[in-house]
Amino acid sequence: MTTTPLLALEGLGITFGGLKAVNDVSFTVKPGEIVSVIGPNGAGKTTLFNMISGIYTPGAGKVRLAGEDVTALSPHLLARRGMCRTFQNLQVFQTMTVLENVISGYHLQESGSVLADLLNLPASRRRAKQAEEGARALLKRVGLDRAAEREAGSLSYGSLKRLEIARAMALSPKVLLLDEPAAGCNAVETEEIDHLIAEIAASGVAILLVEHDMKMVMRISNHIVVLDHGEKIAEGDPATVSQNPAVIAAYLGAENAAG
Amino acid sequence: MNLSTKTATLLGLAALVALAPLFFPSGFYYRVGALIFVNGLAVTGIVILTGWAGQISLGHAGFAGIGAYACALAPVHWGIHPGLAIFLGAAVSALLAFLVGRPILRLKGYYLAVASLGMGILISMVLNNERDLTRGPDGIDVPELGLRAVLKTAGLDLTNGQFWYFFCGLILLLGAWIALNLHDSPTGRALRALHGSEVAARTVGIDVPRLKLQAFVISAVYASVSGSLLALQNKFITPDVAGFMHSVEMVTMAVLGGVGSVAGAIFGAAVLTLLPQVLTVFAEYEQLVLGLVMVLVMIFLREGVVPSILRKIRGTGE
Repeated sequence: MTTTPLLALEGLGITFGGLKAVNDVSFTVKPGEIVSVIGPNGAGKTTLFNMISGIYTPGAGKVRLAGEDVTALSPHLLARRGMCRTFQNLQVFQTMTVLENVISGYHLQESGSVLADLLNLPASRRRAKQAEEGARALLKRVGLDRAAEREAGSLSYGSLKRLEIARAMALSPKVLLLDEPAAGCNAVETEEIDHLIAEIAASGVAILLVEHDMKMVMRISNHIVVLDHGEKIAEGDPATVSQNPAVIAAYLGAENAAG
Repeated sequence: MNLSTKTATLLGLAALVALAPLFFPSGFYYRVGALIFVNGLAVTGIVILTGWAGQISLGHAGFAGIGAYACALAPVHWGIHPGLAIFLGAAVSALLAFLVGRPILRLKGYYLAVASLGMGILISMVLNNERDLTRGPDGIDVPELGLRAVLKTAGLDLTNGQFWYFFCGLILLLGAWIALNLHDSPTGRALRALHGSEVAARTVGIDVPRLKLQAFVISAVYASVSGSLLALQNKFITPDVAGFMHSVEMVTMAVLGGVGSVAGAIFGAAVLTLLPQVLTVFAEYEQLVLGLVMVLVMIFLREGVVPSILRKIRGTGE
C-alpha cells in the first residue's frame, strides 16, 4: 500500500516513577490494515493505548493521526478527530439502553446548542432522529438490533463487547483501538467479533488491536508488533513474528529459547 | 425515560395544579401549594445537576438568594420592573455559577460540593452584612409583581393566594418541560453518559468539564428563579433564603423523591414542604428530620421514593 498511514507512533514513551512503562515505540497503521500489539502481561500494551487515546500524556515521542500531530490532545478532542477506542474492562453506560449507548457516540456529530435541546426545538429533534437511525443501523451491523431497548447492564459479556464496538463506530472513526475485544468471549462470540473487525477494516478504518487470543491475532492481523517490558522487541507479519526467537523468549522465558 | 414518561409527568403535574384547589379546605392552602411549586422548581434544577450530571452542590440556596434579592433591590435602586428582575437575577446567578464552576469542574471528584458550600456561605454573609443595601438579617420588602392587577383589568379576578398558586404552578410546569426536554436530548444523554462512566464519555467525544459546567449553570438558573418567585409572593425576604439549611433542604427534597426523576423531585418537594405546615411541631426539629430523612432514604430507597415505587409497579426501572 502506498497510502499514508492513518496512525503513526514516533518514539512514544512514558515513565511512571522511574519505571519506563513504554519506551521508544514506533510503528504505523495504514487505512484498512489490522495491526496487533502483543506481549506478556505488563508489557505496556494498555499503557500504549492510553497514550494514543489521550488518557495518558506521553513523556516522549509523537502520535500522528492522518499525518497531523495529535500528541497529548485530550480524549474527547481525539475522539472528535476520529481516534476511537474500546476498553479492556468494559466501559458501557450501564443504566442506559443499548440504543442510547450507541446514540451517545453520535454526540459529537450533533453537539448542537444546549438552548435548542432545552426548548426541544426542531433542530434538536432532527439531530436526535438522525442519531437514532444511525445507531439502529449500527446495532444491526453488530447483531444487537433486537436488544436495542434493553438496559445495557443486562447484556451478556460478548454482547457488551460488540456494543462497545458499535458505540465507537458511531463516531465514524479513522483509527479504531480495540483493547482485548475477545477477552472473556466464547469461541462463537470470538468468531463473530473476528468477522466484525475484518469488516470494519475493509471499510478503510485503521485498526490497532491488543489481544491475548493468539489464534485470533494470527488469523486477522496484517502486521504484529511485539512489546516486552515496554520496548518493541519485534514486528512483522504473523508468520515472521511467530518464528522470531526474541518473541518466543519473551513468551516462554529465555532458557527455553536458548535451549 | 421515554416520551410517554415525559408526557405522563407533564400531564400529571398539570392535572395536579388544576385540580388540587377543588380539595382545599381554606385559602391558606393556595399559599402552601405555591410554596411547593417554588421548591419543586429549585429541586428540578437539582435533578439536572445531581441526578443526571452526578455533581453535588451544597450552595444552591446562594443562587436562590441572588434571585430573591434581585427582585427586592433592582426595582428600588435601578427602577427595573420586578418581572425583569427575575431575569436579571437568573443572569447574575448563571454568571456566578459559570465563574465558580469553570475552574472547579475541571477537577475530578466532589470538589464542587466544597466550592459551592463556600460560595453559598459567602453569598449569605454578604446579604446579612451589607446592611446599607440589603437591610441585613431583618429582611427587606419586595415590590409587587403587578401581574395580578393586569389580570384583573383583563377580567380575571384572583385572590393573592390563587394568583401565586397558579402562576408558580405554570412556571413549574415550564421548568419541568424544559428539564424533561433536556433529559432525552443529546445534551441530556451526554450528561447521563458522563455520570455512568467519565472515561467512556470522554472517549465518545464528550467534553466532560464543559458539560458539567452547563448543568451547573442551568441548575443555578432554576434555583435563582425559585428564589425570585419566593420573594415576590412573600413581598418580603430575609437572608435565610440563601442560608446553608435551605441548600440542604433542596438536596434532601431531591434525594427523598428520587434525584434522577423530575416527578420524584417534585414529590419530594411537596412532602418536605407540607410536613412543617401540617405538623407545626416539626418546625422546631426541622434539621433533625431532614437529616433523618436523608439517612433513611440512603439506606432503604437509594433511588428515592418515586422511582422505587415505579420500579415495583412496572417490575423494571425507568
